[in-house]
Amino acid sequence: MESPLALVSLIIGLPLLGFLINGLTGLFSKAYRNQKSVIGLIANTAVFIPFFIVLYFFIGFNPEGGALNVKLFTWIEAGSFSVDIAYQIDQLSLIMALVVTGVGAFIHLYSVGYMYDDEGYWKFFAYLNLFIFAMLNLILADNLLLLFLGWEGVGLCSYLLIGFWYRDMLKSDAAKKAFIYNRVGDFAFLVAIFMVFEAVGSLQFDVILANLDAFSSNGIFWITLLMFIGATGKSVQIPLFVWLPDAMAGPTSVSALIHAATMVTSGIYLITRMSPMYVLTPEVMMIVALIGALTAIVAATVALTQNDIKGVLAYSTVSQLGFMFLALGAGAYTAALFHVVTHAFFKACLFLGSGSVIHAMHHVEHKLHEKDHSIHFDPQDIRNMGGLRKWMPSTYKTFFISTIAIAGIPPLAGFFSKDEILMHTFNMGFSEFAGPLYFLLWGVATITAFLTAFYMFRLTFTTFHGEFRLPKLVKGAEDSEKLLHESPVTMTLPLWVLATLAAIGGFMGIPNFISKTFGGEGALNWLGAWLSPIAADIPLTLSIPAEWALMILATTIAAAGVYVAWRMYGQGQQKESDAIIEEKTGALYQVWKEKYNLDELYEGAVVQPTIRFSDKVLAVFDLKVIDGFVNAVAGTVRLTGSLLRYIQTGVTSNYALFLILGVILVLSMILF
Amino acid sequence: MELLLNLTIYFPLVGILLFLFFRSDTAVKWISLIVTSITFMLSLPLLFGFDVAGSAVPQYVTEGSPILAGMDIKYLVGLDGLSLLLFMLTTLFGPIVILSSWNSVKKSLIGYYSMLLILQMASLGVFASLDLVVFYVFFELSLIPMYFLIGIWGGSDKIRATIKFFIYTLVGSLIMLVALMYLGFHAGAAMGGDISFTADWRYISGPDYLIGLAEQTWLFLAFALAFCIKVPLFPFHTWLPYAHTEAPTAGSVVLAAIMLKLGTYGLVRVCLPVFPNAFMEFAPWMATLAVIGIIYGALVAMVQKDVKKLVAYSSVSHLGFVVLGIFALNTVAVQGAIIQMINHGLSTGALFLIVGMIYDRAHTRQISDFGGVAKVMPVFAVMFMIATLASIGLPGLNGFVGEFLILNGAFISTLYANKVYAVLAATGVILAAVYMLWMYQRVMFGPITNKENEKLIDLDAREISLLVPLVIFMIWIGIRPVDFTKYSEEWVESFIEMSEEKSEAVMLQTDLSEIPDWTARLYGVEARQLLTADVGGRK
Repeated sequence: MESPLALVSLIIGLPLLGFLINGLTGLFSKAYRNQKSVIGLIANTAVFIPFFIVLYFFIGFNPEGGALNVKLFTWIEAGSFSVDIAYQIDQLSLIMALVVTGVGAFIHLYSVGYMYDDEGYWKFFAYLNLFIFAMLNLILADNLLLLFLGWEGVGLCSYLLIGFWYRDMLKSDAAKKAFIYNRVGDFAFLVAIFMVFEAVGSLQFDVILANLDAFSSNGIFWITLLMFIGATGKSVQIPLFVWLPDAMAGPTSVSALIHAATMVTSGIYLITRMSPMYVLTPEVMMIVALIGALTAIVAATVALTQNDIKGVLAYSTVSQLGFMFLALGAGAYTAALFHVVTHAFFKACLFLGSGSVIHAMHHVEHKLHEKDHSIHFDPQDIRNMGGLRKWMPSTYKTFFISTIAIAGIPPLAGFFSKDEILMHTFNMGFSEFAGPLYFLLWGVATITAFLTAFYMFRLTFTTFHGEFRLPKLVKGAEDSEKLLHESPVTMTLPLWVLATLAAIGGFMGIPNFISKTFGGEGALNWLGAWLSPIAADIPLTLSIPAEWALMILATTIAAAGVYVAWRMYGQGQQKESDAIIEEKTGALYQVWKEKYNLDELYEGAVVQPTIRFSDKVLAVFDLKVIDGFVNAVAGTVRLTGSLLRYIQTGVTSNYALFLILGVILVLSMILF
Repeated sequence: MELLLNLTIYFPLVGILLFLFFRSDTAVKWISLIVTSITFMLSLPLLFGFDVAGSAVPQYVTEGSPILAGMDIKYLVGLDGLSLLLFMLTTLFGPIVILSSWNSVKKSLIGYYSMLLILQMASLGVFASLDLVVFYVFFELSLIPMYFLIGIWGGSDKIRATIKFFIYTLVGSLIMLVALMYLGFHAGAAMGGDISFTADWRYISGPDYLIGLAEQTWLFLAFALAFCIKVPLFPFHTWLPYAHTEAPTAGSVVLAAIMLKLGTYGLVRVCLPVFPNAFMEFAPWMATLAVIGIIYGALVAMVQKDVKKLVAYSSVSHLGFVVLGIFALNTVAVQGAIIQMINHGLSTGALFLIVGMIYDRAHTRQISDFGGVAKVMPVFAVMFMIATLASIGLPGLNGFVGEFLILNGAFISTLYANKVYAVLAATGVILAAVYMLWMYQRVMFGPITNKENEKLIDLDAREISLLVPLVIFMIWIGIRPVDFTKYSEEWVESFIEMSEEKSEAVMLQTDLSEIPDWTARLYGVEARQLLTADVGGRK
């Protein structure tokens, strides 16, 4: 492969260029802001070209040749510390880059239509390009610090895009919350970076992973744990996940790109990148698995009770990310990354689908509002929907395909990746360290898989099946179904692309035991083979029949979830069925509905006390004690009077002149 | 080039002489702008002609003859790796500060601009002087114009603020003066010959001049106190919020961008190479104050209701990082501290300019009076956002580089030998995001709650041109810090090495029977000597 330098620079540089062109021109030229086709074209080009270059790298990549390294220039250097702006193209970064630029490109395309009526169109695309730039830095970086630049950079873009409609205080609250929760994680990540540097004197992945014996076991424990804490912020795990549901305040295409497909998977990428270090510390792996499984089930139970279409998807994302961390904790790095990829397909599709639905519902509200100003309803509330499949066939079909995929029904993408995670977790049950716990976590994950199928089909059925409920719920909305319409082709095309990938994407990781059963070589799992030089997977030791049994069990569980959802919600009978669940689960339902009251807990236990302490104690202490002491000292000196007189009689320009003459006089004496 | 350095330092005074002949308001403003711009231009060859590899040795040195027989006090200026960038930062801020006052100051312009020009000259003088008496003179000289700037052109409570500022700093400097006298005679005696006093920094900081442990302790404490008040390090910071709130915009900018650096600069310039044993012994104590300052400053900043006060307290927090880095005493951290001085100057300077711009329009600085400003002032919103992000240390902007190097250096510092300092200090990274973003949100986002604010107009060309250079440097340092850190690399490495050698030498030559008991215990002399003897014996 010739001149990777130029091509890598293009991959990284074009999105940045797109950001600069649209951002700067839009900022200073009001006329440019209305050139929507130009803005959209520039922004899309800035992502599609990098996508094709990544594809070119991917096709031409020679696994035997090892990673391609490209150094642009030295970034930070001081004494023994040195870090470059340098990129590394290898199996792992290529897969991630394909997802980011590929899914990113289609979401850019989708946004052309979705954001067309927004006055901040130029700004939106500038931010979106900047995000791609930061995300590519994160995944292509050849060292931890450049990764950290991308890591905080995507956090910034997330902040800017969540708060995109900043005039709504709630939205800017959500943005700020996202940034600060991420910062808490970043703090831990930063300390991990210091520890790495102290141990090996370098932050380059190659050097770190080649010198693992330079770390003490204590050091490895803390580094991996701190990096994981960093990941809980960005990749929304317990205890820092609470920002993601609020982040849905941003435009829906942002939710799809940043808060489902790419940014939130950064933590999984990081841990996979560092996997040779993680496998050395089973304690931390256990913690990762435990937190992952807990997050998965906690978020799934909340998702069960939500009525906001994006809210359900948000909690579903948290839950699916929990699955990925469970995989990481089970030493199944390939499986985790596999789920990252398939999840990117189906969740991006689901979010974009929800965007299409919201677009339509919003249109209805807008039209009704024009007729009668008193009409208001929430265009994201699924209780107002129902029967949409009749008017939005493409949205419905793609949404439905993706729902099957996430539910884990074979042979769609989610089935393969989720099954691999469950199998590895079960497999870890036989390990010496914390075996029984892994069996338990496998149980938790299996229940969560059932819940996933159930709540996702609840969402789909309630939105698209049955009757359109709005006319009955809102006065003056009679016949409003006539206002419903399918979205334009720039929006449905990305839906179809993603739905196709959600349907077939799983075939990149068909479990090897399937071919072994039929006497094959066992090389069906392309992804596993591809990632094997990087991901330090703990191998499966299960027998072939056991693997079949687990797979069949997983399928049955998922199918059961779908079936129950069909019985309860298939005809749009959402209200009645929710009431039944509420009755059966009792107090638990309230806990779920209230999202385990975590926000209130943090607010009450951390945020408010800190502010009150700073305001009522520290600020007063500063004024009364520290400054009071200073004043007392000064008061006794009694310079006050003379100084006051000095100022009040002064003609300053004279003082200035005398001062200068004095200085000149002294200097001339000294010098000559 | 020697002449050029002197010319750069004193060129601002040309403006004041011209004020004698051109007294109209417009002329005064333009003269000031042109003079400071020329000063900046004059300083550029000093930067480009600087020998990076030899940054440990002062360059462009002008050496006068001693003013008194037997007293080695002389005019001595030059630039080395430590002072070069701060010197450049000062000349860069010259025209920016003048332009920032263009429309907002209407009272006795000649006096006002004279003060700014003298301040510029004095600040340049401090950074360039290599004779400690000359250093002291410039150090004090810089106080006077600032005193008038706050006292005459300040806000409603200016008198109280001025007095507090003046007395506080004066107390510190007088203590330093006493210490300086002692140091001068001590060094003079050590130098030998017929010289009884020397203030030549090159000798005092050099490898041949050693000071006994007991004397080092007192001298270090006296100098450190003066510098810490200037920084200001917790708990000597209470003058700063007052001074900042009452000062006119230009005063705040110079105070934050340049004058606070005199403190941290002094710590590196004097305390590190001259009193190495005391420096190292007190490092954990200084680091403790620095870390308290980082967290305390951030928490108090969080609950401020006045934007300017908030930024002032954020300075307390940010300069805590610089002090932490200086006392970590390794190349990584000290390099971080030096670049962070520049960074703080750029981003906090920009923030004060920004606060001034909004104050000029709305005549209020109360956070609660704002909200939704981003809608009416988009360009302002972008500039403000970049300065905010630089201030909270976002990677890719300048603040991150300094903070990262400081924290990383503190983490591996053998002097602290405790990770707690760096880890606690790193929480400042979270807190900075909290108070800055919260403030930004309340000022810029949300609906416009105050009808008055709907009429705010966006930045004009003058204001944009003030901020653009600062923004460019924020990004430049963020992406290619090497272009800047290279100037001090050699200086830092050689001075740290020399200080370590000096401290070792002092330890070895200390006679246990001749020093007070507390000194022996404080420095653990016995153990250190045994250790060295042991190593020597085994060789």
